[in-house]
Amino acid sequence: MSNQDIDQLVDQDYKYGFVTDIESDTLPPGLNEDVIREISKRKGEPEWLLEWRLEAYHKWLQMTPPDWAHLEYPAIDFQTMSYFSAPKNKDDAPKSLDEVDPALIETYNKLGIPLEEQKMLAGVAVDAVFDSVSVVTTFKEKLHEAGVVFCPLSEAVHSHPELVKEYLGSIVPQNDNYFAALNSAVFSDGSFVYIPKGVTCPMELSTYFRINQQNTGQFERTLIIAEDSSYVSYLEGCTAPQRDENQLHAAVVELVAMDDAEIKYSTVQNWFAGDDEGKGGIYNFVTKRGECRGDRSKISWTQLETGSAITWKYPSCVLKGADSVGEFYSVAVAGKKQQADTGTKMIHIGPRTRSTIISKGISTARGQNAYRGLVKVLPGATDARNFTQCDSLLIGDQCGAHTFPYVEAAEPSANLEHEATTSKVSDDQLFYLRTRGMSEEDALNMVVNGFCKDVFQKLPMEFAVEAEALLGITLEGAVG
Amino acid sequence: MLVIRNLHARVDDKPILKGINLEIQAGEVHAIMGPNGSGKSTLSSVLAGRDEYEVTDGEVIYQGQNLLELEPEERAWAGIFLSFQYPVEIPGVKNIYLLKAAVNAVREHRGQPELKAGEFLKLVREKLKIMQMDEAFLHRNVNEGFSGGEKKRNEILQMQLLEPTLALLDETDSGLDVDALKIVGEGINRMRDPSRSVLLVTHYQRLLDIVKPDYVHVLADGEIKLSGDFTLAERLEREGYEGIEAA
Ligand SMILES: Nc1ncnc2c1ncn2[C@@H]1O[C@H](COP(=O)(O)OP(=O)(O)OP(=O)(O)O)[C@@H](O)[C@H]1O
Ligand SMILES: [Mg+2]
Repeated sequence: MSNQDIDQLVDQDYKYGFVTDIESDTLPPGLNEDVIREISKRKGEPEWLLEWRLEAYHKWLQMTPPDWAHLEYPAIDFQTMSYFSAPKNKDDAPKSLDEVDPALIETYNKLGIPLEEQKMLAGVAVDAVFDSVSVVTTFKEKLHEAGVVFCPLSEAVHSHPELVKEYLGSIVPQNDNYFAALNSAVFSDGSFVYIPKGVTCPMELSTYFRINQQNTGQFERTLIIAEDSSYVSYLEGCTAPQRDENQLHAAVVELVAMDDAEIKYSTVQNWFAGDDEGKGGIYNFVTKRGECRGDRSKISWTQLETGSAITWKYPSCVLKGADSVGEFYSVAVAGKKQQADTGTKMIHIGPRTRSTIISKGISTARGQNAYRGLVKVLPGATDARNFTQCDSLLIGDQCGAHTFPYVEAAEPSANLEHEATTSKVSDDQLFYLRTRGMSEEDALNMVVNGFCKDVFQKLPMEFAVEAEALLGITLEGAVG
Repeated sequence: MLVIRNLHARVDDKPILKGINLEIQAGEVHAIMGPNGSGKSTLSSVLAGRDEYEVTDGEVIYQGQNLLELEPEERAWAGIFLSFQYPVEIPGVKNIYLLKAAVNAVREHRGQPELKAGEFLKLVREKLKIMQMDEAFLHRNVNEGFSGGEKKRNEILQMQLLEPTLALLDETDSGLDVDALKIVGEGINRMRDPSRSVLLVTHYQRLLDIVKPDYVHVLADGEIKLSGDFTLAERLEREGYEGIEAA
């Protein structure tokens, strides 16, 4: 297959590129104290939260954007963005799907998320974040019975203020990094999940995020608290409409797991990647961190990253509890002119803590994919163990894969293993499969899905299928 | 079935096939023998549609249509199957997954209904039995860690499942132990049918003893230098290519 063919193979129009026409009330562009006060006021927040935002804002003003990642992009002008937008009928929030703006339902349908069906399907509750404010929540009752709290963070601020107050910013501090500080100042909305002691959440919790307002930076903030011996699996999925200007997205996700608790956090990310020149794509700067606070607790991150023009994302685990476990399973695709700098941090603090990192990077067209991982073993983390496997797959020869594994082990009893491979999709493989009757596209998909299998197996069943399909869509059009 | 006329092909400006002429009727088995590097695998690859090879002259007519303008998968749909001299590993892809996808891709284009998981499993078990292969092979990654002989058996398993009209078998016998050779040979014989043809590349007479080809051709330096019946293989075995060429 010639390079040109391969380039075509990765080229394809963004399938979900459309803008839903819903009236929204949006703040004029710009960021200052007044804007933050206005956001807080419109969301009807208590005074302490406004103070918290302002504190973060002042920290942010003192900070500078990070420049160490393997990424190139023009400086972002934070004054040209608007920091708040909400669907108009926010106050009379719908009680059922019938009350939901039909245009919204339309949007979901285009995204392939028929809410009606989802009610029956696999017990998935959807807290759909449309722009900044959550408007649809299903399955609340069932969760309520189990004692699980699953609601927009903006709602939790009122319904569970003591929990929000205690945990917000306790895992990702306000000044953790530039983008986390910005998020803390202007965060729009996101999910709040609380799983009480001993409760296994009766269904997968799923949130579909969607950016829909021209020029509106989106700053989700999610907080998941798993009490002793509880379990929850959470899925976040994103798509976005096609647009001209780069959009900033700076989310913060905080997870905390107590003794014997387990949190499984899966992400399927498919934001607009920009055109062939990288124009118009989403800038995705995310801070995700999970703290295994309790003994024998476990947090695993599984992600499929196919979208965004720029991805800067390092879901991390802070392994404080003795015998706690952190996992990171990732597939990141960089095509067109996409740049991905992603990886994880595993911080071993407690004794006998264990972590596993499996990272699969796929680069196509002119995509640049970097894995950046840190395994840090602090004194006292006796017999800590880490296994890291980092595989890169190249499709075509204009793309790149880079690996930056960092290890800081202050504990001599630590046992750390690292494996890395780089391979190419070979003409032999594609020809072999084609002689078996597979189209060139299907052949490529098969090879790529095989490469990703170890990670996809970690996704909840119903989303693994979706992930494969999404990967297929991403690589579609590759063969002419 | 297949008519090859004056076929020339090259790779990177290096001519490899230099005027191949060959005609295969339905139901016939043709064996191609020849020294290393003479172009046997190139010929089968060109017939299967590998675009690395550039056809510079000549034509290939398969069942009345111009074969050279079809994509590899279109050739598969039209009933052409290539058993690779070096079967390719596909990491992470289970053998059964490939087999099912292949069978259904071909069925779809032949207007047959897709085989459901259960039906497929029944079929594949039947074929595994013929090939005396363990079911564990279904759940291993395609050709990954397969021994040389196991890879070849797996190729013939695929052939059994895909039921091609024209099978191109490139050194399917190489690397097989005595018993496996028999299994593969008989596997090929089972497929023999008045509507089905086989082009079989081999270096040894052993397989030919079992399969009994209708014709044997000697390919040397990109051309078919000599054709004959089964006895030609015996002569080759005795005299080698040099003896034949000198004659
Ligand atoms: N992709 C390629 N690039 C360069 N040379 C090639 C390529 N493919 C084939 N050749 C050359 O073409 C010639 C014929 O190769 P081919 O594989 O067809 O031989 P063969 O008859 O099958 O040999 P063997 O009996 O060893 O399998 C050899 O000299 C080989 O090196
Ligand atoms: Mg050969």
